[in-house]
Amino acid sequence: MHGPTQPESGIGAPAAIRAVGLVKTYSGSDGDVEAVRGVDLEVQQGEVFGFLGPNGAGKSTTVRMLTTLMTITAGTAHVAGVDVAADPDGARHRIGVALQEAGLDPRQTGRELLTLQARLFGMSSSEAAARAAELLTLVELDDAGDRPIKGYSGGMKRRLDLASALVHRPDVLFLDEPTTGLDPASRLTVWDEVRRINRLGTTVFLTTQYLEEADQLCDRLAIIDQGRIVREGTPASLKDELSARRGGVPVTLDDVFLDATGRTRDVVAGDVQEVGR
Amino acid sequence: MSDMSASFVLGSRAIREALRTPDSLFPTLFIPLFFLVVNIGQAGRIFPSDDTGFLNGQNYAAFQLPASLLLAASFGSAALYLVEEIEGGYFDKLRATPIPRMAIVLGRLYAEFVKALGVSAVMILIAFAFGVRVESGVLGFLLLIVMVAVWAMVFSGFMQLIALKTRSAAATQAGGLVFFPLLFLTPNFVPRDLLTRPMEIAATFNPVTYVMEACRSLILEGFDGAALAKGGAVIVGSAVLMLALSVRLINHYD
Repeated sequence: MHGPTQPESGIGAPAAIRAVGLVKTYSGSDGDVEAVRGVDLEVQQGEVFGFLGPNGAGKSTTVRMLTTLMTITAGTAHVAGVDVAADPDGARHRIGVALQEAGLDPRQTGRELLTLQARLFGMSSSEAAARAAELLTLVELDDAGDRPIKGYSGGMKRRLDLASALVHRPDVLFLDEPTTGLDPASRLTVWDEVRRINRLGTTVFLTTQYLEEADQLCDRLAIIDQGRIVREGTPASLKDELSARRGGVPVTLDDVFLDATGRTRDVVAGDVQEVGR
Repeated sequence: MSDMSASFVLGSRAIREALRTPDSLFPTLFIPLFFLVVNIGQAGRIFPSDDTGFLNGQNYAAFQLPASLLLAASFGSAALYLVEEIEGGYFDKLRATPIPRMAIVLGRLYAEFVKALGVSAVMILIAFAFGVRVESGVLGFLLLIVMVAVWAMVFSGFMQLIALKTRSAAATQAGGLVFFPLLFLTPNFVPRDLLTRPMEIAATFNPVTYVMEACRSLILEGFDGAALAKGGAVIVGSAVLMLALSVRLINHYD
């Protein structure tokens, strides 16, 4: 097994995620581009942590560094106690990853995909088959399990993607915009799944552009803008802080977001930039 | 999980998908056979079997068969599936598992090898209907399909390199067109010594020529050590180069 190698949080319990001075620089045709500019993060075990930001703010790049999918230009990151740069395979055993667009192979059936995923995490054929059946039940896809994924709806694909991130019972689950493009009913179903996964003890790191989603799901959240963390706290504390600054006027998380990123509603509505690969 | 066992698991998935969509193998089989029939129809009477020394008593189909086998070997789908998985995000899902990165590349190549074994065996069996014999016998037949299948794997491997480098389906398809002419700068209609001088020079510098001549020797002559050694060296050398570049590229994929 891959034992924890480092971080302790400030209160003594090991942090589920700890990033210090995380930087990602791309070389572009116009010179170097700093997508992430020194991000510090600490997520406690058992939390649902929201990571918000406008398009191109560095959310996905940060997630890709934390999940070993992208090299870290500077800084350190530990997930479930494992240094993701020094021991990426150790980290991969501890994390589950569901990225922006449900990354699924449309030619496989749901059961085949989960079985394959379990095999790649070192399970025997019989163990993998049993785990796939268990997960199909968990995400309520038993009936569709033997159908090709290309026939699944967006919500079914998302649930299957979640299940595939859970095959090896990870300590930390990364969800990158898990409900983007889903209809309201499917979104609620995914929220239920996230809550259920979290209740079972898995720490959840969630990026989203939906502030209501962050408000509903997250114990704490951070807002990133132009590669830097600009706010961090519980949804309630962030709203209280802004409300106090505005003389006690009730505010929403949308207001917190706009205040933190220095944007107006008009600017955000027209914002279509994207960074990252 | 080791490199080989992860490759086997991923390759088995690719084979299962190919079996599930047999129509995707149809062009791989049909187009080379189509060219075989057309080329025999166009040039068969120019090269009668009893009056053409390089045919060793066989008909012109026997001479043309290696060109068709190598054409089929160039129709691998591994790179297009890979780039589809890169674009769709499944590639990242695989990269997030604790398997050696190279297994993702090797898995598809293993599937290409198995598919090419089947396709080349079927093509040779169909060629028997045209009166073709494999002069080197059953052992030569087996060696022939293995050589073609390894070459198919090498060809697909180079295409996968383009897919990994460009991450674009359009660029990957265009990259195939760069390799495609190499199949035709070869002695595919007549032996090298009957080509025009410029064409002979081009064919001599083209590594595909030696693979084609090795395959042809098994069909027309039996076991020709020199031809097999040159063809084998090209296949092994290309495979080593392709694997070295693949390891470098996928281990630095960001």
